[in-house]
Amino acid sequence: MKIDTRTVGDVHVLDCSGKITLGEGTMAIRNTVREVLKGGGKKIVLNLAEVNYIDSSGIGELVSTFTTVTNQGGQLKLLKLTKKIQELLAITKLLTVFQVYNDEQEAVKSFS
Amino acid sequence: MNTTANKIEVSIGSALEYLDLVQTVTDCITSFMGFDEDTAHWIGMSVRESVTNAIQHGNRLDQSKKVDICFEVAPDHLEIWVKDQGHGFRVDDLPNPLDPENLLKPSGRGIFYIRSFMDEVEFRPLSQGGMEVHMVKKVSSN
Repeated sequence: MKIDTRTVGDVHVLDCSGKITLGEGTMAIRNTVREVLKGGGKKIVLNLAEVNYIDSSGIGELVSTFTTVTNQGGQLKLLKLTKKIQELLAITKLLTVFQVYNDEQEAVKSFS
Repeated sequence: MNTTANKIEVSIGSALEYLDLVQTVTDCITSFMGFDEDTAHWIGMSVRESVTNAIQHGNRLDQSKKVDICFEVAPDHLEIWVKDQGHGFRVDDLPNPLDPENLLKPSGRGIFYIRSFMDEVEFRPLSQGGMEVHMVKKVSSN
């Protein structure tokens, strides 16, 4: 699991790649988002285009991260879901919770 | 790892580090059986979720306890058993992850995913203690 963080204006885009599974992958997301929040970042986009595997703990981590960011007055949006992540979110009704975008510019613009 | 004509058995200690090994064995079996890529992925995930539960919630990461995984390959289906040595649980007591009050909970979706992706799923308490998850995926349901 690798996460590269970049900023587009005041939006933090986290490019995730690899596996989001119990342990290393879930911790990586948690720690990176925590760092962004600590630095005052409130607008966060998780780019999941290069995530080739996710398990239920990974889905749980997305939910938990969403709650953490929201509780701290921020917003978390998801970008470029793979077909499999989309299916896992859909069958557990989580597509109703997250704001999901296929286009990065659109995701960035959605915060303003 | 033990193999007979159509049975593959894997026994692991209760450590999450073994999950990738189990995943690799599962991927080899589903590829050998000719499941399409998506179905193979969901079978692999279902096994991974079952073994994660067995290690984490069943055996509570106690390295002295084992998790046994058995795959039986038939012409028209794949049958899988995952057994732990824990205290068991009542599957009916598990909260429904789709209930509005559970939607934002960080855990509790693994068994729901297993039930969604496999054709048959049963949870049985074992007479010697522990739980067994029995799963079937039909080749025709590809």
